[in-house]
Amino acid sequence: METIAMPAINLAVIMPEILLSCIAMVLLLVNVFVPGNNKAYLGYLSIIGLAVTAASAVGGWGPSVSAFNGSVVQDNFAIFFKVIFLISAGLAILISDRYMVQEDCNQGELYPMILFATVGMMLMASGTDLMVIFLGLELLSICLYVLAGWNRDNLKSNEAGLKYFLLGAFSTGFLLYGMALTYGATGSTKIQAISSYVMGNPGVASNPLFVVGMLLIAVGFSFKIAAAPFHMWTPDVYQGAPTPMTAFMSAGPKAAGFAAFIRVMIFAFPMLRAEWSDLLWILAVLTMTVGNIIALSQDNVKRMLAYSSIAHAGYALVGFAAVNAEGAAGILFYMLSYAFMNIGAFAVIILITKKGEVNGNVQDLAGFGHKKPLLAMVLSIFLFSLAGMPPTAGFIGKFYLFSAAIKAGYVWLAIIGVLNSAASLYYYLRVMVFMYMKDPEEDFEWAGATPAIAVCLLVAVGATLVLGVVPGTVLELAQKAVQF
Amino acid sequence: MFDLVWLIPLCPLIGSVINGLLGKKIKNETVIGGIAAGSVFASFMVACGILFQLLSLPGEERVIQKTIFTWIQSGTFKADIGFLIDPLSATMLMIVTGIGFLIHLYSIGYMHGEEGFYRYFCYLNLFTFSMLCLVSGNNLLLMFIGWEGVGLCSYLLIGYYFHKKSAGDAGKKAFVMNRVGDFGFLLGLFTLFYYLGTNHNVWTINFVELAKNADLLVPGAVVTTVCLCFFLGATGKSAQIPLYTWLPDAMEGPTPVSALIHAATMVTAGVYMIARMNFIFIKSPTALLVIACVGAATALFAATIGTAQNDIKRVLAYSTVSQLGYMFLAMGVGAFTAGVFHLMTHAFFKACLFLGSGSVIHGMHHALHHEHSEADPQDMRNMGGLRKKMPVTFWTFLFATIAIAGIPGLAGFFSKDEILWQAFANPHHHAVNYVLWGAGAIAAGLTAFYMFRLVFMTFFGQTRLSEKAFHHLHESPWVITVPLVCLAFLSIFGGYVGVPKVLSEFFTGGAFPNYFEHWLEPVFAYSTHYTEAHGAHGLHSVAMEWGLMGVSVLIACGGIALAFALYIVAPGFPEKFTSTFPALHRAVYNKWYVDEIYDFAFVNPCKALGNFLWKGFDVLVVDGIVNGVAAVVRGFSGILRYVQTGFVHNYAFTMVFGVALIVAVYIFR
Amino acid sequence: MLAIENYLIVSAILFAIGTIGVLTKRNAIVIFMCIEMMLNAVNLTFIAFSRHLGNIDGQVFVFFVMTVAAAEAAVGLALMIAFFKNRESIDVEDVNLLKL
Repeated sequence: METIAMPAINLAVIMPEILLSCIAMVLLLVNVFVPGNNKAYLGYLSIIGLAVTAASAVGGWGPSVSAFNGSVVQDNFAIFFKVIFLISAGLAILISDRYMVQEDCNQGELYPMILFATVGMMLMASGTDLMVIFLGLELLSICLYVLAGWNRDNLKSNEAGLKYFLLGAFSTGFLLYGMALTYGATGSTKIQAISSYVMGNPGVASNPLFVVGMLLIAVGFSFKIAAAPFHMWTPDVYQGAPTPMTAFMSAGPKAAGFAAFIRVMIFAFPMLRAEWSDLLWILAVLTMTVGNIIALSQDNVKRMLAYSSIAHAGYALVGFAAVNAEGAAGILFYMLSYAFMNIGAFAVIILITKKGEVNGNVQDLAGFGHKKPLLAMVLSIFLFSLAGMPPTAGFIGKFYLFSAAIKAGYVWLAIIGVLNSAASLYYYLRVMVFMYMKDPEEDFEWAGATPAIAVCLLVAVGATLVLGVVPGTVLELAQKAVQF
Repeated sequence: MFDLVWLIPLCPLIGSVINGLLGKKIKNETVIGGIAAGSVFASFMVACGILFQLLSLPGEERVIQKTIFTWIQSGTFKADIGFLIDPLSATMLMIVTGIGFLIHLYSIGYMHGEEGFYRYFCYLNLFTFSMLCLVSGNNLLLMFIGWEGVGLCSYLLIGYYFHKKSAGDAGKKAFVMNRVGDFGFLLGLFTLFYYLGTNHNVWTINFVELAKNADLLVPGAVVTTVCLCFFLGATGKSAQIPLYTWLPDAMEGPTPVSALIHAATMVTAGVYMIARMNFIFIKSPTALLVIACVGAATALFAATIGTAQNDIKRVLAYSTVSQLGYMFLAMGVGAFTAGVFHLMTHAFFKACLFLGSGSVIHGMHHALHHEHSEADPQDMRNMGGLRKKMPVTFWTFLFATIAIAGIPGLAGFFSKDEILWQAFANPHHHAVNYVLWGAGAIAAGLTAFYMFRLVFMTFFGQTRLSEKAFHHLHESPWVITVPLVCLAFLSIFGGYVGVPKVLSEFFTGGAFPNYFEHWLEPVFAYSTHYTEAHGAHGLHSVAMEWGLMGVSVLIACGGIALAFALYIVAPGFPEKFTSTFPALHRAVYNKWYVDEIYDFAFVNPCKALGNFLWKGFDVLVVDGIVNGVAAVVRGFSGILRYVQTGFVHNYAFTMVFGVALIVAVYIFR
Repeated sequence: MLAIENYLIVSAILFAIGTIGVLTKRNAIVIFMCIEMMLNAVNLTFIAFSRHLGNIDGQVFVFFVMTVAAAEAAVGLALMIAFFKNRESIDVEDVNLLKL
């Protein structure tokens, strides 16, 4: 009788994912068995869980270890991204409770749902098999559909969930079709195997099956990172979703999209970098420009930030188009900074809006700077960082991305990028002008920060400034992470 | 002493933080103002110590770097938080802290009783901090941080009176325009970094390192691109054509802010930047020519506009643009020392002029306030005869005006004349030297004209205020007049550190050398050697220099005489006709009318041009383009947002369309 | 045995029908069914390739796709129910509150 060779199973490699899944499931049960309407404790437990997971993930820093027959890998690249996901999940959880209580949708399942989404993101970053990446992506997406439509009684939230679901599933179809065609053309779903097949058979680059497959995969990821012209869902979903979830979606899943995108594009198709570059810079220019231009005419702050998040994906794509180590490191750094500054900005938005998300327009911010000077200053720091002003993290990140593009010879791409970031200043500044330089039309009272939100703001402001003033260590880590 | 250099920017930062966080609680204006002015004074003392220690060193050892910590270190890219002390940065540190201190002091009096007093000083200190980072940073990135920082503070301070819509708009305009220039700076930085790195394996943005490797920069397209990118940054920050229109609008800010930021320090950052990187600019004749032409054009152009303004601060604003043009002209003709020298003297007399105008506005404001008059306290047509009521302001203002007009013996003469001579005699642009000199000389005449027009309209003649208001007009308190006197003193004697060689040899037999040139020599040594080594020779003719000096003095005197004729002599002239021509009497009795008639008869050719350039070119074309681009983008934004229909079908269709397009491009190419 | 091209063409046609359905149908549930059709077209492709290459990976992938599709269906239908409760319609033309 033939013996079946058991593949080496190395659970240590996926320990963070296992841990976080278990924690999420335990929390689901805890939620059922502990009575009461106050669900904040679940959030704190989740944060402890995230911290444990982060510790377990960071413990793997060092040489990369592949497991499950080359399906997942534990390398510095994945670990750096996992930390980004865990941080964005943690910050999002910190700002959730107050909002969910205010909007009467304080179900305890929220927190496990966020954790499951985080597991999905982590799988996307560490997967080296198209199958694993697909599973991670779907785990993430399904959780996000639910999170976007979390506020069941709010039509806007329903609509956001439904739109996201329909378009997300639609884009999944394309992604899967691309994976199937790539599988057909190369004979494997493992990135390593695909990569060696492509190296061994350069002719495959002109095989339409392979080219279309590759492009459809790119389209699938472009949808996830909201690159134009696959960005259309973003503003609507970001506006309709509960604000903490918008913050989460704009930081974590976007980074996860980039993680998988970089993994597939740069690992699997190293031969075709030049071809990728063409596609990527077009996406970058379109994405930045569309995001920024439409953001200019937005009055709703949340929607404005949604468009601006499209533009930020565009900046990151500039680094991607450079297809060099600096560019990839730039994306890592930028995604980390973006998580802090964007979630921070949304945290302030949560404090500004009243139940039903009224008073979310720029005009409603008039006088905010005088009533709540500290919060206004914090929001200004985030906005400056988003606009790329020194000495904030956003500046260093953009500096790095554009510098990578110039190094790769894309001077004009950097010019477009910098012009775009100059234009973006206009709408960020507009918020500040209303905060500081307009008198309110009616007397308006704003709530102060709850302790959880205060912690979130403190962490985010601290990180935004620290990453801007002493970015050395983190940049070094990011560079180590992309030494493939 | 050099080890304490970090204290220079730190003191104002601490002051800013204290005032920003606690100012609202402190409330006491003396304490707030004391903290702010004291912190800058501390910086000034440290800067003085550094200056003296630097003076005690031999010339070639006067380059000291102090690194505090490594800011970014990743791969080939390294940037420190570090300071560079050399004659150039020491000069700038002295200007920024010295004049900065005087203006802080002045502000205590000027801003008395304003709402948000603490906010003002918080911003002003923050500005000083950024500016000090800019001039003392030892690498391009730190300079850029300061560069952005001063832009931000400028925005905050222009928009200080945010209740006025125009103030907010002006602030935004300044900020966004500056950002346009900043992107040039960034691109120049990147290009320079990678050019040196990939071609010569020199990965650095440190000024000292760059200067050491200056030989690696081969003249050519790349170096020219780098220079032009940096120059674009300079045009934004230093208000040169085409990005200058924000500066006149910036006068919406409080007057001391105009004096500090929009005359003495921030706007000269572009000049400093070019001087700092002279070893790169000297390699690109094209860039030098562009800089010289833009500088000369701006100098002339802004001067013509200055003749047509009635708002006292606007005259000074256009005058600043024009004087900055001189500095860039100097940079463009390779006369870096002269440019920095003019930067310094200009800081003295322009700060004095602005503070003087602030004193006038302050007085006018109170006088008009007593009368509950709605008249504009900044409009020169409401003034006249102020010299009797505000003697200190008048005399200091007069000396500063004589200095800017280029009358021999005062600061402005030495520096301006040096620039004009270099424009004529420099070895770089033989073909256009005459044009450059001509533009500069005409601008000098116009400067003398509009500055004396300002003085005559403001301080001489009969007052156009009502008797009651005039009665309430009084001299400003000591915190305002003391800085004025200090600055006037500097405007008179500040130029003697850099007396041109010909003058010194003629009057003292060379016993009184050009200290300033000698002082800055090591900074620009590379450029000087480079020019000589390439066989480029300028004109050396003592007779010619004397001749041109005479011509420019004559032109300046002509300008003053014209102003005198039109605004002092002539206004009395029509009164003789009152009895004989009663119909005319009514027309000329009113000074306004007189002005208009004389405008029509004499000034119009010039004024019409000025007006045309201001209203036609400046407002319509330049502003039009800048605002137009913004409007088009906004309009486009308004249209483009309708793509976002909200319908799932359309979104899905866009996606399918995108997929089809991408696939088609890749399959069929 | 049929050549692989036949399978691929059928699946491509199915995928196209699904796509067109998504673009034209108004009922959200029908749209979702069209998406399911796209996924099944992909499954067919995977199976065909798996058979053609003699490699089991494709078939494993199909199992995962089916599982995921089931989970998606559960979540999707729940979202539609929530929407229907508030809007009393399942027409995507009525999903139009968020725009511009």
